[in-house]
Amino acid sequence: MEKKYLDLRGLSCPQPVLETKNAIDDRSFDSFEILIDTRTSLENIQRLLSTRGDLKYTVDEGEDFKVNISRI
Amino acid sequence: MNLFRKHWKIISCGVFIGILATLFQKFGNPANMGICVACFERDIAGALGFHRIPIVQYLRPEIPAFVLGSFFASLVFKEFKPRGGSLPLVRFFLGFFAMLGALVFLGCPWRAFLRLAGGDGNAIAAIVGLIVGVYIGVKFLKSGYTLGRNYSAYKFTGFLMPLMMLGIFLLLIVKPAIPNGAPFFSLKGPGSQHAPIILSFVGAFIIGIFAQRTRFCTMGAIRDIILLKDFHLASGVIGLLIFAFLSNLLLGQFNPGFAGQPVAHTNQLWNFLGMVLSGLAYALAGGCPGRQLFLSGEGDIDAGVFVIGMITGAGFAHNFAIAASPAGIARFSALAVIIGLLFCIATGFSMRKRLA
Repeated sequence: MEKKYLDLRGLSCPQPVLETKNAIDDRSFDSFEILIDTRTSLENIQRLLSTRGDLKYTVDEGEDFKVNISRI
Repeated sequence: MNLFRKHWKIISCGVFIGILATLFQKFGNPANMGICVACFERDIAGALGFHRIPIVQYLRPEIPAFVLGSFFASLVFKEFKPRGGSLPLVRFFLGFFAMLGALVFLGCPWRAFLRLAGGDGNAIAAIVGLIVGVYIGVKFLKSGYTLGRNYSAYKFTGFLMPLMMLGIFLLLIVKPAIPNGAPFFSLKGPGSQHAPIILSFVGAFIIGIFAQRTRFCTMGAIRDIILLKDFHLASGVIGLLIFAFLSNLLLGQFNPGFAGQPVAHTNQLWNFLGMVLSGLAYALAGGCPGRQLFLSGEGDIDAGVFVIGMITGAGFAHNFAIAASPAGIARFSALAVIIGLLFCIATGFSMRKRLA
């Protein structure tokens, strides 16, 4: 299955979490790499993912944040 | 209990704001206006001479303290990040019209909840209006509305809003004697009522720190429920409402009713529609007036443009018979709200892009 890449840097609230939600609801992908640039967006996405038992994720912190999500 | 553990930080922030706002009233701020971002920016606009209504002119230290508190917290926690360039002119007008709507109702969302907590029933129409406005904004967001990305900016740009706010605070402290009388300070009316400067500044500075850390946002609270069924931010607003209410009861500041409420009017249609306009503008701009201040403190210069749009809107609203008063709405309140709604709807429909 394909991986979906999303660059959501620089977008106002709530677009990063909204786009992430739309992506993970799309069954044609089973892994995702989300690029964001504020901790606020990261917290919002983590809060969304905490409600989803069917997904696991890791976060790479650097200049930006990279969230790698995959279906379990 | 589990819910509380998960959300205790944002709840504490709301509780702190609620209690502090009622204490500010006790110590001198206008009744049911312990903290109001819209009203206080309007008072600042008046003190600077952008409007000449003699009863609403004061350099409210709470506004600079919010920005500086957030600035401080973002530096300490390494979240200070100068950024901008996401359609600033559109954000200016969103701020401008948000303020017109706020001054037709007479309050920002914070004050709407504080008014309700003080027993002012007129706030109900406004809160319903806020929910409707945010709901329309969510519809736009779902259909792809976006003002596009911001980009990293030169470090110095992130200092501009904190420096401007420091300047406003220094004007209050120094009170320079300018021949034409500026800065202007009300001798009577709400503008003359204020808590001691040190209390207002220190209290609001701590709110700025809390709010930067927790991302407290009244618009986001409603938006996240509608959009994501996420009650995180809402738990903070509920904390504010409940504890402001309890604190008002203890301080003898709870006076239920509709008529004769402080700095309020009873025209429910325009309490409602004014806040529909504001709520929609906040949703399209991504934050309530308080949140825009905190964002501007952590380097979001687009949020700074929104704030300056609000201050400009305040001057305009009072100069052009748009701002309401306890006597009711003004001659052009309705027209201004309609134009503002048209602007927001045009913005929502015309600015869409597939991002991913």
